[in-house]
Amino acid sequence: MDKMDKMDRNIINILQTGFPLSEEPYAEVAVQLGITETELLNRLSRLLKEKTLTRFGPMYDAQKLGGAFSLVAIQVPEDDFDNVTEVVNSYPEVAHNYQRDHDFNMWYVLATETPEQIDEVNRDIERRTGLKVFNMPKLEEYFIGLQLRV
Amino acid sequence: MKVRLRLPALPEQAILDEQDQALITLIQTGLPLSATPYADLGRQLGMDESEVITRLKRLTDENIIKRFGVVVRHHELGYLANAMTVWNIPDEMVSELGSCMGQFEFVTLCYQRPRRLPDWPYNLFTMIHGQDRSDVLTNIQTLIERCGLEKIDHEVLFSTRRFKQRGAIYR
Repeated sequence: MDKMDKMDRNIINILQTGFPLSEEPYAEVAVQLGITETELLNRLSRLLKEKTLTRFGPMYDAQKLGGAFSLVAIQVPEDDFDNVTEVVNSYPEVAHNYQRDHDFNMWYVLATETPEQIDEVNRDIERRTGLKVFNMPKLEEYFIGLQLRV
Repeated sequence: MKVRLRLPALPEQAILDEQDQALITLIQTGLPLSATPYADLGRQLGMDESEVITRLKRLTDENIIKRFGVVVRHHELGYLANAMTVWNIPDEMVSELGSCMGQFEFVTLCYQRPRRLPDWPYNLFTMIHGQDRSDVLTNIQTLIERCGLEKIDHEVLFSTRRFKQRGAIYR
């Protein structure tokens, strides 16, 4: 983050709030920032290259596109942890998996093309590990912005 | 992950025609960095610029696209710590308290999820960011004071290891 200057931060803050759907959207944003369109494009390209930004584009609602997501927790005995990790991580449907300091110490996110596949993967993990999985899909969302002032 | 789209739509799913699908697939890795990105997309899809813009407006209005913009890496921006903080909130208060918590800039996710009684009583999940663990805890205290959560049971689950992070396109 040391490589970012004030203008980089302004760019990130302004682009987290949206992007114009107009013929020359970068030129519009550049005016708001008080820089030229070329400078904006160069800076964006650098921030992406340096991986400060992972992506610049649309955020989709996966459920509306037919995909399914769920957060799943397991209470894994300490001695079993590595074996269970290996089983869970072997599924391509597991998008990420975190160890957390709690009795429920394994938390993974499933991303599948259909809701049925969530249950299929979870049942398979239960069968292979002998542990009960707690499936906790999202019921309601109170924030989606992922906005952080930088 | 690749977005694979199927028709006909399930009840929750949106109806998208082939051009919508082609457009969504093309932009899922990012918008072109050029003076006229929508015209450039149109050229690749055999559409004119105004059709691209009209379709993207509709997808945004229908909330299929939640928003356009940058996806930041928290870690690179100095938010080095985060904790999944879970709350046991009476059902009738979830909407009000969830909306209150969702306003804070250090809260990046705020979801209601089912309780799994008797093992798991918590029904609201928030991801709280901070510069370090003590900053995260300070932020949680701010939430408690500002949203009136003094009587709400909660637990703070810091992550100790991360095993896998696939580059999911939407999170």
